[in-house]
Amino acid sequence: MTATVQTQTLQAEWRDYFALTKPRVMSLVVFTGLCGLLAAPGNIHPVIGFTAVLCIALGAGGAGALNMWWEADIDAQMKRTAKRPLPQGRLRRNDARDFGVAISVASVLVMGLVVNWLAGAILAASILYYAVVYTIWLKPRTPQNIVIGGGAGAFPPLIGWVAVTNEITLMPVLLFVIIFMWTPPHFWALALFVKTDYAKAGIPMMPVVAGETATRRQILAYSAILLPVSLAPWWIGGTGVIYGAAALVLSGVFLALSVPVAFRRAGEDDRMKPEKRLFGYSVLYLFALFAALVADRLILGQGILE
Amino acid sequence: MTPEEQEQLKRSRRGRNIALALVLAAFVVLFYAITIVKVGTGNG
Repeated sequence: MTATVQTQTLQAEWRDYFALTKPRVMSLVVFTGLCGLLAAPGNIHPVIGFTAVLCIALGAGGAGALNMWWEADIDAQMKRTAKRPLPQGRLRRNDARDFGVAISVASVLVMGLVVNWLAGAILAASILYYAVVYTIWLKPRTPQNIVIGGGAGAFPPLIGWVAVTNEITLMPVLLFVIIFMWTPPHFWALALFVKTDYAKAGIPMMPVVAGETATRRQILAYSAILLPVSLAPWWIGGTGVIYGAAALVLSGVFLALSVPVAFRRAGEDDRMKPEKRLFGYSVLYLFALFAALVADRLILGQGILE
Repeated sequence: MTPEEQEQLKRSRRGRNIALALVLAAFVVLFYAITIVKVGTGNG
């Protein structure tokens, strides 16, 4: 009963609102969005560029808050998420919803008015996609939820790029596809070592529904596709050799690390070392790949010729 | 409500107000900078 009483009497700290925006996810969103912006051909005033990245971050934060608003009951049942503000009762559920809607709408309007409306429209689409299509509609219904959710995380570099160019070309779409293909092996590696939690909360995560073996094979399949996809920006001449070489090495290691994950079975009290190694590497991979993309553009200046 | 809870409530409200004030001040600075840039480049 203490929890109920606290919900009504204690007011939320500012940190609770901050936690609603999923700051750790946001760091990856800000980074890939900024890389898309820096790698795009053309110039953007630093103040406008900063505003674009800020809007991407705010939009992601708003979508994160809406996700937590919708999933408060599910989060309460899982060890990884039970400490979030809503399951802890530190915040009213409707306040989380209103906060999410407010910063989402603000991010889209500022992006449209200050940067350009194409970037604003894609930002709006990405928020709706994550909060509605993924969180509300598909996540509780299909074991392919991570593949679909990966689409939401794939938007930031595309939005960053379009903020500069004001048009959708093949390069930003390829950046989208890279993150799209990266998400399933990244997340399923995690799901393999925390799967008991998802089963308890009734979320049809791949290892729970299709079984461990099928999940492991799919991790390998996506990692294998990621190799040519990550090299595509170089093949079409959108980047120079710095990115090409980095993509080859990084994706090669990704594939090599996913092979042991694909062909083993977890025993009793398994420490899941290959899975944890693949998950840890996958985060490093994305940072390194996008850093290489920006380094390539800044050093070789490829995009300028377009 | 106990005096301790009252105190706690005041503290968290004060914290939220300060955070909101800082965010709003940051936006004022940002929009000022954007205005200068837009007027300066004639893209307004």
